[in-house]
Amino acid sequence: MKICVLVKEVPDAAVEKRIDPNSKRLDRSGEKNLNPFDTHAIEAAMQIKEGGKADVEEVVAVTMGPESAVRALHKAVSLGADRSVQLTDDALADSDVCATGYALAQTLKAEQPDLVLLGQQSDDGECYTIGAVVADHLHMPSLTQVIKMDVEDGKLRCERQAEYGYDTVEVELPAVISVGDAINEPRYPSLKAIMGAKKKPLDAKAIGDVGIEAGRVGGEGKRTTVLAINPPPQKEAGQIIEDEDTDDTVEKIVAWLEERKLLA
Amino acid sequence: MSGILTYALHYEGEFNKNSLGAVSEGAKLAKEIGGDAAVVVVGGDDLTDELCGSLGKYGATKVFRAKAPEGLAQPVVDVMAKVIQDNGYGYALFGGGLLGFEIGAGLTARLGGGVTMEVTEVKAQDGKLVAVRPILQDSAVAEVDYVGEPGIIIGRLNAFEMSESGDGAAPVEDVDVQLSDWSTKATMVQRGEQRGADVNIEDANILVAGGRGLGKPEGFELAEALAEALGGAVAATRAVVDAGWYPYAAQIGQTGKTVAPKLYLAAGISGAIQHKVGMQSSENIVAINKDPNAPIFEFSDLGIVGDLNKILPKLTEAVKAKKGA
Repeated sequence: MKICVLVKEVPDAAVEKRIDPNSKRLDRSGEKNLNPFDTHAIEAAMQIKEGGKADVEEVVAVTMGPESAVRALHKAVSLGADRSVQLTDDALADSDVCATGYALAQTLKAEQPDLVLLGQQSDDGECYTIGAVVADHLHMPSLTQVIKMDVEDGKLRCERQAEYGYDTVEVELPAVISVGDAINEPRYPSLKAIMGAKKKPLDAKAIGDVGIEAGRVGGEGKRTTVLAINPPPQKEAGQIIEDEDTDDTVEKIVAWLEERKLLA
Repeated sequence: MSGILTYALHYEGEFNKNSLGAVSEGAKLAKEIGGDAAVVVVGGDDLTDELCGSLGKYGATKVFRAKAPEGLAQPVVDVMAKVIQDNGYGYALFGGGLLGFEIGAGLTARLGGGVTMEVTEVKAQDGKLVAVRPILQDSAVAEVDYVGEPGIIIGRLNAFEMSESGDGAAPVEDVDVQLSDWSTKATMVQRGEQRGADVNIEDANILVAGGRGLGKPEGFELAEALAEALGGAVAATRAVVDAGWYPYAAQIGQTGKTVAPKLYLAAGISGAIQHKVGMQSSENIVAINKDPNAPIFEFSDLGIVGDLNKILPKLTEAVKAKKGA
């Protein structure tokens, strides 16, 4: 069994995100990190590999992004992936969800995975959708926002919260599964794994290497246009109390509640 | 082509509230840009003529009904792709919720249409639709239009209001769709399982909601004591429900319940978008969090930066004393 894990480099959570007013794109400069949800996807792959219910030959981290995105791959490898693939090409810049899903699917086709895992959302943009886009291009069954996953008789048994409670779904392989952060506690990489990460094989692919049509990605392939970026509707800022003396703070809260007749 | 195709989710013979909001929104927009306000429903025998026709009340002008497995996205992608190809709808519209995201994403791949998600408003401009969506943790709002067809619009939870604008039953047309191979490779084993105690948080006037900041499952005892003193109920975030600290029935947000009590007191909740959409209509929002940068302070009426382990017990005592007086 071969597992591919889709990973993404995102701005560090501590960095304030901004939109470039000219290009209307997210300013992706500044500190970057591996998307936290993707660390759960890698951990899920490692647990299948180590769990003994499936024979996993290889865990491959796959990303699409500029040269700097190798750092996300190094992190993925330090967390257990055996090797990595980076789809990187100037033609991909400014790709929207539709184009990104297509490009990732083309990259995955070359790998022929039995299972594709990814984090259910990224910190910096398009949430929840990439897994289902990729799955349809690959003609694979798919489930997103999975919080429990077991391999049984060559199939996956997945659980997730849906509109009406918890659903349990059986999925045949090959499949695309996006996972939530409740699925596991990702391990910390060992110092040795961090040091060794740069030595693991990393394939860089351009769009021509995986049969991506240039007209379907990047600015040319965009199916949506951002017309304007506006400030959000203003809500009057609330009152903030820094708790220094708790008795005093509590007194203020009670007075605030009483004023609004909430203690009647 | 024009016209809007909306997906309506149902469960045990009833349509989903968010789907009915989307149907209402689709009907309103179709009047502005022209064309049908059509709806797709997918499921089994509980989709009676009467139930499907009732979507006419919300402005649907036509209902397409297909027999296929329920609760999974990919069969619905097959159905909607066929209906759009056969009838040429210009837009596909979804209310909030997990299936809407999955179906919309699948359609994008299948038909090559553009997609926007977490949409809070849709505007009709020059016979086309423009989607308005908050981005970057709601710090900015983007207006997006579509290149080519269909344009796929995935709403944020509760973005679209239900409105009974139609008159009479909508005509129902059965569609026969050959499911894709891969759509039949996921099977629902159990749907809608309830876990944990039954808590009614939707009718409570006062809610004390707990998040990861409570530190451990036992932290909920502090929230419960305060809720009891205030005469309210306890709610929880997805993170703590997923972690098993509190029952699903108490969950607020994207995949949980939507509430609008008189007082919403959030203890140890950072205020992620997925939580915010479920409680932002509350009349009074009080937040206690030790992180001064927590997003919840941006939409609370009273914010307390401090340690809830110190504040909650004293607040409970003070409320008791005040109420007893």
